[in-house]
Amino acid sequence: MAAQPSPTRKHGLTAIDGALALIALLLIVQMWLLTATLESYLAGAHEAALPAAIISAILFIICGALYLFVVRVDSEARTESDKTKPNLV
Amino acid sequence: MNLFKQVRKEPLWQDEFSIHASDERYVSRRQFTKFLVLTSFGMFVGNVWILMRSLLSRTSVLPEQKICSSSQVPVGGVWLFRYPTEKDPCILIRPDDQTYVAYSQKCTHLSCAVYYAREKNRLECPCHEGYFSVRNGDVLQGPPPRPLPRVMLERRGDNLFAVGMAVGKET
Repeated sequence: MAAQPSPTRKHGLTAIDGALALIALLLIVQMWLLTATLESYLAGAHEAALPAAIISAILFIICGALYLFVVRVDSEARTESDKTKPNLV
Repeated sequence: MNLFKQVRKEPLWQDEFSIHASDERYVSRRQFTKFLVLTSFGMFVGNVWILMRSLLSRTSVLPEQKICSSSQVPVGGVWLFRYPTEKDPCILIRPDDQTYVAYSQKCTHLSCAVYYAREKNRLECPCHEGYFSVRNGDVLQGPPPRPLPRVMLERRGDNLFAVGMAVGKET
């Protein structure tokens, strides 16, 4: 019978999945923003370019912060689980 | 604040290729997250590129260029030229005796070359049947999302000069 994952690992994976879903959502918004900005630029509406670039930067920063969060949770959960693993050396 | 502080200090190879199979799920999720964040960075770079292009096109002044002499274009005839660069084909039309209009020849749908249909007095794109008004370049029919960019003309004596471009708004 396979061993059940520890609560820390389980929560860690849930948190990472949540962060992943949020990043995917932000990415979809960013793709739409880029498409809309390109369309308006080609239509001669240049005033949309600056706000779009600022919003895109904010979305990228949020994605980066979520990535750091994922790295941290992943690192913590694996460190926690290492304590329960047999020493193979 | 230690929310983003990394607590694991293992070598990268040991971190990425763990001997424990259960760690694979973490590694694959983390790598996928990294890929998504890189994609997000790509989107940001795209937006910055559009911003740069927008700023540069605002500051740049298009050159004046002689197109032809007005007598070279018969009534109902056209004259093809390139403006503002050699990569931008344009079409000059003389719908009646005293009127000259010029537009970019690239259809705003997929950049096929438009031509002047004299009998219907309109510009037509043969690829997807997009039609444009000769009077102002507006879309009359078809898939093009925007009017044709108009070349600003100036008549100096007998000569016609291109002095700028006016881009139409989205329809």
